[in-house]
Amino acid sequence: MHEHDVLVVGAGGAGLRAAIAAHEEGADVALVTKLHPVRSHTGAAEGGINAALRDGDDWELHAYDTMKGSDYLGDAPAIETLAQDSPKETVQLEHWGMPFSREDDGRVSQRPFGGLSFPRTTYAGAETGHHLLHTMYEQVVKRGIKVYDEWYVSRLAVTDHDDPEERECHGVVGYDIKTGQIQGFKARNGVILATGGLGQVYDHTTNAVANTGDGAAMAYRAGVPLEDMEFIQFHPTTLPSTGVLISEGVRGEGGILYNNEGERFMFEYGYANNDGELASRDVVARAELTEVNNGRGVEDEYVHLDMRHLGEERITDRLENILHLARDFEGVDALEEPMPVKPGQHYAMGGVETDENGETCISGLYAAGECACVSVHGSNRLGGNALPELIVFGARAGRHAAGTDLGEAEISTGETEETEFEDGLDTPVEPGAVATSDEDAVADGGTAITSPDETVRHAVENERTRVDHLLEKDEGVQQAELREKLQKSMTENVNVFRNEEGLKQALEDIREVRERYEDVYVNDPSRTFNTDLIHTIEMQNLLDLAESITLGALARDEFRGAHWRQEHQERKDDEWLKHTLLSWNEGTPKLWYKPTILDGEKEYEPKERSY
Amino acid sequence: MSTQIEESETEAQEQEAEAEEAELPAEQEPQTPGDRRRAEKRERREQETASEPVAETDDTFKMKVFRYDPEVEGKMEPRFDDFYVPKKKGMTVLDALIYARDRFDTTLTFRHSCRQAVCGSDALFINGRQRLGCQTQISDLDTPVRIEPLPHQDVVKDLVVDMEHFYDQMEAVEPFFQPDETPGDELEEQRQSRENREKVKMSTRCIWCGACMSSCNVAAGDNQYLGPAAINKAYRFAMDEREGENMKEHRLNVMDQEHGVWRCQTQFSCTNVCPKDIPLTEHIQELKREAVKQNLKFW
Repeated sequence: MHEHDVLVVGAGGAGLRAAIAAHEEGADVALVTKLHPVRSHTGAAEGGINAALRDGDDWELHAYDTMKGSDYLGDAPAIETLAQDSPKETVQLEHWGMPFSREDDGRVSQRPFGGLSFPRTTYAGAETGHHLLHTMYEQVVKRGIKVYDEWYVSRLAVTDHDDPEERECHGVVGYDIKTGQIQGFKARNGVILATGGLGQVYDHTTNAVANTGDGAAMAYRAGVPLEDMEFIQFHPTTLPSTGVLISEGVRGEGGILYNNEGERFMFEYGYANNDGELASRDVVARAELTEVNNGRGVEDEYVHLDMRHLGEERITDRLENILHLARDFEGVDALEEPMPVKPGQHYAMGGVETDENGETCISGLYAAGECACVSVHGSNRLGGNALPELIVFGARAGRHAAGTDLGEAEISTGETEETEFEDGLDTPVEPGAVATSDEDAVADGGTAITSPDETVRHAVENERTRVDHLLEKDEGVQQAELREKLQKSMTENVNVFRNEEGLKQALEDIREVRERYEDVYVNDPSRTFNTDLIHTIEMQNLLDLAESITLGALARDEFRGAHWRQEHQERKDDEWLKHTLLSWNEGTPKLWYKPTILDGEKEYEPKERSY
Repeated sequence: MSTQIEESETEAQEQEAEAEEAELPAEQEPQTPGDRRRAEKRERREQETASEPVAETDDTFKMKVFRYDPEVEGKMEPRFDDFYVPKKKGMTVLDALIYARDRFDTTLTFRHSCRQAVCGSDALFINGRQRLGCQTQISDLDTPVRIEPLPHQDVVKDLVVDMEHFYDQMEAVEPFFQPDETPGDELEEQRQSRENREKVKMSTRCIWCGACMSSCNVAAGDNQYLGPAAINKAYRFAMDEREGENMKEHRLNVMDQEHGVWRCQTQFSCTNVCPKDIPLTEHIQELKREAVKQNLKFW
């Protein structure tokens, strides 16, 4: 058994920042990642980091823009923390040597992004995430922080108290991908989940193949609620054939969207007469699909994004990476012709419910970054707000797990007196009632024995049993077939445009896949680098997350942010200024709500969003 | 047809001669019922996958993929498997590998993640050259497309190589920023000129894929040679104006060693294969010049 003070699962932006912060507080910290840190998907982020660094800008403006962009579903204490901490965290990266783009005076450059009232997006070319990831990994190397790379964390070790809030997390179970060994990892102080996005729930996504939402799904099965899962961001500019992202920086620098008639539709069809192409992402994504659905799409599939007029010099200086992406993945020379783009799954606004210190309702269990929902993005994330979330809340989770007193959190987690249970949702199938692998425990991986060592040992045993079963089973169904079925149904039914019929169809499809998953087997008998096995374990995570997204979307009968419902074309503030939460306990998911916090240091009055 | 995989015996034998001999672990007696069942499963898989060859047609292309697994009986001897994959516009080598794995043989093993040339995990030896699978269009290649693991690295399984040595070399050059001093104010930037950022820009694009190291004849013969990627990493910091003179001197001393920059024979193979177009050879030459200049100063 490996033992450390703090274990960080996942080594992208949030994980690396959490590990550095915990180390700075004197903790013995280790990173456990199924990739190698520099392979993490943070490296694919392009646009930049929002931080109020300049005269004329301040954290209050940043917080206000973020609250407005969230369509008033963000929690004020989290949003204000993001806006207040981002400047020093961003300059911290600069002090660590991150190669930001520069102004003539040597200070870091900033540019305009969608939904921002000030050009506060700090960037390094169109490859900001790559530089952020490498800069932080360099700091991890410098500090000698232990990294277990290509170790897949497949289960949490939590105690099995009836009430999730009495449970404790004592560690995780890791699977050494190279050798097939399963081992326990004990965390004396805390486990931080930083496992990133869940884009593989969809078949057209900007996310990496590794983004299967492992942390969120494991936390869910251990009894932690998932918050606001219905809010999936579809990025308006992804390449049609692969889903590769074309940064919002292109529109920030002045790129223009055209339909097949050559019309600048954002203005001509009135989708966003003030901001045009720089309206919020949900607005632009819907505009593009409306054009395509009304017969004004190119090849009935996509629209054109044109940046030729910016001139070669400016493009090369600020967007060079985009030229490579367009050439390599779509065969288009973006200096000569417009790029084909369409919306694609990009980001999960929802995730593991945490407070602004990163902690969940299970003590010793933290989450940060895209897998978490501290609720800074609400129903729609502004471009440039993902990277500051990673560093701000990664650092806070790391510090808190290492024992630093960050003060009492203003956001409460778990069930409280404000909890309101859903009792009238009409679903075609009972959600998620198919048993998990460990039927003797109320929490997946849980154990009635509460000593930390025994808890980890018990979880390891459970995992060995599961893996042995998958490897020994000779026939049945393979994960690739199930994954394809799930991804297709989600893309068809739980996409940019949603209606009740489609959502119910998705729930039925998810149920069918879930039942067939009971008969899943791994064809590869090898213990060496068995990707067949890893993908099969990931598949269960995709299933649980797909279901939580769809259930939340069915429950929320209003139109807010990225969540558009055909039958409900208005934002219903009287009913829906609240977060959806889904928690799994003893095999049965339950849906409940808690109110959005609109008062922090400032008060935020819901207003109509217009762009 | 039953399957589109061809694993003809004679073909495999032919290829064996070309493929590197792998170390075989001693075979063990099955010890538990689980082990026995797994052994039976391995055997059955062996019989199932041997099938009639399928010819390349107008709609498909042939891919010859290196296979090896130290644990599975039929794969302990390295061989090539043929896969016939439907042609599709815009298809990359990675797309084709995923197709073959998901449709024909789920045991086919390779690393991949971002599929947009930033994670660096799918550097492969494709038609005799180091390339990223995700960045290589099938239409740009002659068929059959031959896919092998990166040369000069130990093969873990199929197309997966052991990257530990590469990581060790990267970390040997103190790959982290060491400025003389950092502004005391946490909101004050250190400032870097645009010119200086331009100078180091290309060197910061490295994605640690290992293609350069694999292509380098010198690295193949000298295990201690730092190699192009690690030297480029050192260049990134040595040329950054925010690190002071003393640190630059220290960095040049690390480079100016028997297994440092002087091992480079300027063959340009690293530069040729770099998927991010980093002028690696040029960076190594520049560090050689800097090292000489530094030595002259001491005379």
